[in-house]
Amino acid sequence: MDIVKSKSGINWLKYASPKTFYPLAGQLIPWFSVGAAVLIVYGLYLGLLVAPTDFQQGEGYRIIFVHVPAAWFSMFLYLLMAGYAILGLVLNAKLSHMMAKSIAPTGAMFTLVALVTGSFWGKPMWGAWWVWDARLTSELILLFLYIGYFSLQSAIDDTNRADKASAILAIVGAVNVPIIYFSVKWWNTLHQGASISLTKAPAMAAIMLKGMLIMALGFWLYSIAVILARVRCEIMERDSKAALFRQDI
Amino acid sequence: MKARHKRLAMIVAGLVLIAAAAVLITKSFRSNLVFFFTPTQVEKGEAPKSGNFRIGGLVEQGTLKRLPDGLRVQFKVTDTAKSMLVEYKGILPDLFKEGKGVVAEGSLNQDGLFVATQVLAKHDENYMPPEAAAAIAKAQANKTNTLSTENNK
Repeated sequence: MDIVKSKSGINWLKYASPKTFYPLAGQLIPWFSVGAAVLIVYGLYLGLLVAPTDFQQGEGYRIIFVHVPAAWFSMFLYLLMAGYAILGLVLNAKLSHMMAKSIAPTGAMFTLVALVTGSFWGKPMWGAWWVWDARLTSELILLFLYIGYFSLQSAIDDTNRADKASAILAIVGAVNVPIIYFSVKWWNTLHQGASISLTKAPAMAAIMLKGMLIMALGFWLYSIAVILARVRCEIMERDSKAALFRQDI
Repeated sequence: MKARHKRLAMIVAGLVLIAAAAVLITKSFRSNLVFFFTPTQVEKGEAPKSGNFRIGGLVEQGTLKRLPDGLRVQFKVTDTAKSMLVEYKGILPDLFKEGKGVVAEGSLNQDGLFVATQVLAKHDENYMPPEAAAAIAKAQANKTNTLSTENNK
């Protein structure tokens, strides 16, 4: 493998090795955990206590502070997982596969949270717990993709083969993410359109937006902390498997 | 070409193929994936003639009325071009209001009346405190007032 040195003189590939990554991750986890806790508490405070009621939905709209960030991260983490899967396949990098595998449970959790909170929101506002519109259905497919991903991972005993097979599944499933995101634009859905987008001014009051963005940032730090912890377990597990194998010989 | 470049090329080619397939599939599903039809589409005959389907639009201002039996309500659903009369027996969701979005599931009877079995409220993506909503409504009312007085001159 050729050594890549960046202009700053830091050898970034060093961190692609599980041996160096393991202690680094251990050092980062407490910072991200504390940051996540602070931001989520502050975000909930803003969302539940400071933000005003909504002009048409009253207090019920406050579920947005959990629902929307959870839905964002359900999609974003999937893309991240697919990205690591591509890296893993192309560079044959073990750590990338471990990252992809460690992202999946957190992504699945956020998907479930988005679906369940959405359901709690739908009943009082729309009048139904669940409808089969394009947005809800594609988000449900995302949950199945996550579940399929980690089922496939654990169904194959050989780690290398499990990594490769599940990486392909992750990459193929990535086409679902733009479908979820644009479903409210492409089809008539019961779900409303995006309040926040890159192309227009946000359609919500500034304080509501602030609460939501802080919650999203908190979810981001939480995801990093949990994923790093999971990667450390994965490194340990694979290392002990390899050690056992060496003993067998 | 190194082995890893080859793998990257294969993945990129695979992704392009999958994306193309997804685009074709979603395009051909476009008509099946609609959650509701607008009154204009129903008029044009795009909605199923018999059986259940959903219509969506805004509840037309001033058309919501309760029938004398006290159980059924009637209202018009409009997409601002065409409108349709809907009859429903049951509890309306909290957000159901004249001038707001609605999706009703049901079927057309012989007289062309849409008999709904379920009525869902469709809300928009705007969130603001009630005071801000009141201020906007007031500003708009002022605007139309000044416009009408200007027209009267």
